[in-house]
Amino acid sequence: MQGKGRAVCIGADIDTDLVIAGRYLRTKDHSIWVAHVFEDLDPSLASSMNGAVIVAGKNFGCGSSREQAAIAIREAGVVAVVAPSFARIFFRNAINVGLPLIECNLSCTQGSPVTFELAEGWVEAEGKKYTTRPLSPRMQEIVAAGGLVNYWRTCR
Amino acid sequence: MGTLSERILNGTAGEYVDRAVDRAYVHDGTGVLTLEAWKSMGERRLRDATQLHVLFDHIIPANNSTTATLQHELREFARSSFLHFSDIGGGICHQIMSEGIVLPGEVVVGADSHSCTLGAFGAFATGVGATDMAAIWMTGETWFRVPESIGMHLSGTLTGAAEAKDLALTYVSRLGMDGASYQSLEFIGDGTAALSMDDRLTLCNLAVETGAKAGMFYADDVTVQYLATAGHAVKPQEPEPCKYIQEIDFDLSDIVPVIALPPRVDTVKPVHVLVGLPLDQVFVGTCTNGRYTDLARFARIVKGRNVAIRTIVVPASRAVLQEAIRTGVLASLVEAGCTIGTPGCGPCLGAHMGVLGEGEVCLSTANRNFKNRMGVGGEIYLSSVATAAASALEGEITEPEVA
Repeated sequence: MQGKGRAVCIGADIDTDLVIAGRYLRTKDHSIWVAHVFEDLDPSLASSMNGAVIVAGKNFGCGSSREQAAIAIREAGVVAVVAPSFARIFFRNAINVGLPLIECNLSCTQGSPVTFELAEGWVEAEGKKYTTRPLSPRMQEIVAAGGLVNYWRTCR
Repeated sequence: MGTLSERILNGTAGEYVDRAVDRAYVHDGTGVLTLEAWKSMGERRLRDATQLHVLFDHIIPANNSTTATLQHELREFARSSFLHFSDIGGGICHQIMSEGIVLPGEVVVGADSHSCTLGAFGAFATGVGATDMAAIWMTGETWFRVPESIGMHLSGTLTGAAEAKDLALTYVSRLGMDGASYQSLEFIGDGTAALSMDDRLTLCNLAVETGAKAGMFYADDVTVQYLATAGHAVKPQEPEPCKYIQEIDFDLSDIVPVIALPPRVDTVKPVHVLVGLPLDQVFVGTCTNGRYTDLARFARIVKGRNVAIRTIVVPASRAVLQEAIRTGVLASLVEAGCTIGTPGCGPCLGAHMGVLGEGEVCLSTANRNFKNRMGVGGEIYLSSVATAAASALEGEITEPEVA
């Protein structure tokens, strides 16, 4: 699975409270999460998410298990998240909702194009190609299906 | 042979395994998404409802009609499908699961990051998200990557005013917020025997703040006795030779009262460095420190005096509240001016009652102090119960006295 987007650089140890705050969780209306994504980190980020590849520091998605964080990022139009490491519950959640994650320590230039290929395991930015650890075959199947719900609906 | 994680998951560190789940639980927050995902998966079957628990703890009672409607749907589903159900006031999901439900050797998943709390019983307990949980509802199993384990060698005993919470914050500080990512913390060594189940629950609760998948104690005589009072006859787990990815020593007699500074749980300083910092609120409770022993310790310190600032005490469960009523602890708290909340998570996650205003500072016995978590513009410092009690009496950060 190949993808492409524009880099949006953010810091390390971004917790899921910062992705979507507890005060916005009690709804099934995804547009509320999209409107407030990353609000407590930087309120201007929400408007730059469509078509973005988020390039973050280590331990992205730590803290609460709230799946709304992964859904908010995906629904906001983010193509993939690249980080040297992800917190494990967020990692599973993102795969399960069909948000591609790439484990890579990428130096980030705001707005520069980033391309990636999940199955082959590479990401390219600023003319440099990095090899990444590919997702396990099952995780790739889940992402390719568009998430775990579709995986169960179609793959059984 | 192997670490406790390897033995329970029946695999070798690094291996991906599919495992049947013995207990799976959701709360009112994650349960709503779980139900949505489960319905969307098409084939609406539950593998085994007797293994599934729905426990309302996050926003209880409901703060508005939107929340109430979401909760209504989940409540009706839980009842009609015969899942174990705990309604508002029952308490925090992890606490209820610790009151005689989770047993040593079980594989336990909760749709909440602090599900690692239950590793205190020698179970493999970890948090998952809502869609993972929906698949577990349907199939009764899930995949795990068998974690490498860090051997947390405890020696000596806690002295002075230091509590298990101080040890917990100390180890988070030592490991850092991702120091144990994808790994398990196994608490071992001579120092474990003197730790109560409540202490162990507190220590395992903070494991996820280091990125760990699980925090675990081997079941021993303390575990056996605790579960016997709940009517379960269980056997201790004997450690076997195994390979730890890292071993860290903690001499419990070196542990002093500490505080985690906002907005990171791993920024930890001794309490004496922060003495005099003005506070607006003290919050005692949560899956970290809302158990009966915590309320009793707080009451012992504030009894016969008045708290200087607003102080919210939220028992972790109905059983905790009942015990506090029976022993007079609750009366001491109320007489000292504390406000008592419905058993549950209270203001910890910042979604309702007890949230902070802009610029306000709270000293909390919870486990997270992230930016804006308990209210936009508010700051959260994390401490033990004794530090919280001493500070509530003075209205500023105060060193706890030695009991």
